Amino acid sequence: MIKIQKRNSSSSLIFYLSPIVAIFLTLFFGSLIFLFLDLSPIESFKIFFIGPISNWYGLSELLVKASPLALIALGLSYCFKNNIYNIGAEGQLTMGALFGGGVGLFFYDSNSFFLLPTMILFGSIGGAFWASIPAILKTKFNTNEILSSLMLTYIALLILDYFVVGPWKDPTGYGLPKSRPFSDAGRLPVLVDGFRAHIGVYFTIIIAALSYFIFNKTLFGFKLRVTGFSSKASKYAGFKNDNLIIYTFLISGACAGLAGIFEVSGPIGQLYRDISPNYGFTAIIVAFLGRLNPIGIILSSLLIALTYLGAEDAQLFLKIPSAVGFVFQGLVLFFLLGADFLNKYRVLLK
Amino acid sequence: MKPIVEFKNITKSYPGVIANKNISFSIEPNSIHAILGENGAGKSTLVKILYGHVNQDHGNIYIDSKNVKITSPSVAKKLGINMVFQHFSLFESLTVAENLILGIDKKLSMSELIEKSQSISSKYGFNLNLNSPISSLSVGQRQSVEIVRSLLNDPKILILDEPTSVLTPDEIKNLFKIISNLVQDNLTVIFISHKLEEIINLSNRVTILRGGEVVDTLITKNENPDSLGLKMLGYKISKLKRNKVEDNSKVLFSLNNVSTFNQDPFSINLKNINFSLKTGQILGIAGVAGNGQNELMEIFLNENNDNFNGDVIFKNQNINQLSTQDRKRLSISYVTEQRLGHSAVPEMSLTENVLLSMSHNKKFIKNDLINFKEISIHTDKIIKKFNVNAPSNLSKASQLSGGNLQKFIIGREILSNPELLILSQPTWGIDAGSESFIRKTLIDLSLNGISIIIISHDIDELLEICHDVCVLYEGRLSKNLNVEQIDATQLGKYMGGLFD
Repeated sequence: MIKIQKRNSSSSLIFYLSPIVAIFLTLFFGSLIFLFLDLSPIESFKIFFIGPISNWYGLSELLVKASPLALIALGLSYCFKNNIYNIGAEGQLTMGALFGGGVGLFFYDSNSFFLLPTMILFGSIGGAFWASIPAILKTKFNTNEILSSLMLTYIALLILDYFVVGPWKDPTGYGLPKSRPFSDAGRLPVLVDGFRAHIGVYFTIIIAALSYFIFNKTLFGFKLRVTGFSSKASKYAGFKNDNLIIYTFLISGACAGLAGIFEVSGPIGQLYRDISPNYGFTAIIVAFLGRLNPIGIILSSLLIALTYLGAEDAQLFLKIPSAVGFVFQGLVLFFLLGADFLNKYRVLLK
Repeated sequence: MKPIVEFKNITKSYPGVIANKNISFSIEPNSIHAILGENGAGKSTLVKILYGHVNQDHGNIYIDSKNVKITSPSVAKKLGINMVFQHFSLFESLTVAENLILGIDKKLSMSELIEKSQSISSKYGFNLNLNSPISSLSVGQRQSVEIVRSLLNDPKILILDEPTSVLTPDEIKNLFKIISNLVQDNLTVIFISHKLEEIINLSNRVTILRGGEVVDTLITKNENPDSLGLKMLGYKISKLKRNKVEDNSKVLFSLNNVSTFNQDPFSINLKNINFSLKTGQILGIAGVAGNGQNELMEIFLNENNDNFNGDVIFKNQNINQLSTQDRKRLSISYVTEQRLGHSAVPEMSLTENVLLSMSHNKKFIKNDLINFKEISIHTDKIIKKFNVNAPSNLSKASQLSGGNLQKFIIGREILSNPELLILSQPTWGIDAGSESFIRKTLIDLSLNGISIIIISHDIDELLEICHDVCVLYEGRLSKNLNVEQIDATQLGKYMGGLFD
């Protein structure tokens, strides 16, 4: 018989070490998977985790993937700290791409310097707008934000589908479901010529620094944490919980929207169906793996980005499906939740 | 007679504090053994060691003369030891019966459980509706659930940590009857209390702890409250002196015809509440738990503002629409009944918990930025001025004992310079030293012209510090009784709801 017992005190050192424990366990079980597939674990890990970043191009690709993950995860950490579970970042990203991209398509022949900033602005507005729907539903009708934000994701994806198949289809695109490319003025500058890493990275770093400041030095950050711990204490302090819910949703939606417009105006350059390889969902793992701490989120985004790159290389060189990347992401989350659980409870075997 | 429990040289230290130092004494079977001591004397730590909730650094425990290692509560339960904690662990959204079945180790079907708990309830006189959710119960009723839950395990030894601090006089009488019955049913009860009279009336033997060490173990009937109090504190508690409220004092705060219209079937609706409070007056609101105290506190705090009629007046201004923060700005301060999770966040440091209540203060928050330096200085001031026993201002609120946390919270509210201080159960579950300190502090405040409202189940407390007392009964409030001329029979009638 298995018994679960609450520990008297849970260690805060372990709390910050558990991501590392989770990573090691993931590597261990990952090597079992490789063994099971008759592959040498060491060779496979080399291909999976070292190969992709052993050259400058690989490092640039790492930033291309890590930047949106970190950006979305930073936004989500506002919600999660406040105990609000926004699961719909993927939809907010899509709406950001649609709003910002829409501006880019409307002015497809513009060469104005202001085109890109306007697209970025509309991208963040689009994400925030989409996030405001579950926020309002939650505050006005006490709807469960997990369900509403998740369902809105699928609506957003279908709206994007409608536009790239219908009104915004490239007239010279042989009927393929994609828009015309943005003009050069609507493209996000890259960091270094010849590489795809773009200036979205700067935004991510600035937002991380800003978030660190907000969480630790401002009343707003304090309110988030108090409400996350106890909504009764937050009422006692006179904080308006409904406002906090709306603000955190708007912030996280805007971040996801930014990630969306950076994707389409950066590496992609146009709108089409599959603009995001589930960044919005994977960012949930990034946020928790980074312990909702901006510095932690940057680190975990790099690691999770690596699983994306590794999966592509593994498909190429090891002839295994790239879904193995998602397996690794799932394992990390699983072991992290397990480590957190065991830090709070102990298991007794009878 | 062979002792049922024997402590030998139990030592437990925490970083910076020795909670228990070489504790040795024994407990006789079928007796009521009281453990008496001030806040931080190590009572809770000792019984938590016996219950396996905390493990000792050194020393041994003997149960029925056998050396046992009680590594966890489940080991303790196997040995027949059960404990009712000062802070309850109940699932708010589940019903009484569901909470009971979750808390027991034995396999019982729901119908067996209901039968058994009903027989326990009726045998010992607990008044429990097994189908009501915990969230609708008063603190006193919640405690009954906890005790019944322990009794379902058929314990040999039952530990009760400050059980009477939440109960009304009648409930205490009832509890004592229960405890006596239990002892006749072959049980041994370990009873932690700081109420000297109670210990004298109830217990067979008493062990007094001070500063983590045993002062003495005595046969209770040879003692009196004064001798026990002296041994516990090492000094005598002085009788408190109140001043008189001048008749021509101005009215500071009043409720006019306040009624609530909550739809929740488990909440009490207030009915035409009227009272007024003068400058420097201390008004006690007595009454059995669950008669509308929580709802009244919500009106004071404006935490649930939609469903009420009537007027809340502060300094001739109608403050119905003012939020909690606006009311704090007007210099009204609050200390709620529930400390952890309401007036303090257990996971946060003391410094952050100061900010919790003071975020409207320009000294601590400028342009939305937190001035941690100022708050830290202010926190140290609270800790020092109110004798809070805490390792540092960065200690988490959950690390403090009940009495220390309450001193901290009350200190925090007092140093915010209120004109009106509203407290609910200010001395619930805390030791005699902190209790008398808090009571004296409140009287000193009123001498300085601060008005105070105290909601309490503890009549003795209200009679000791208040100028006037009124009674809340099923949402109705009686008229004020002046404490100087109070008549026990009249108060008794009021407590039973016999007033207009």
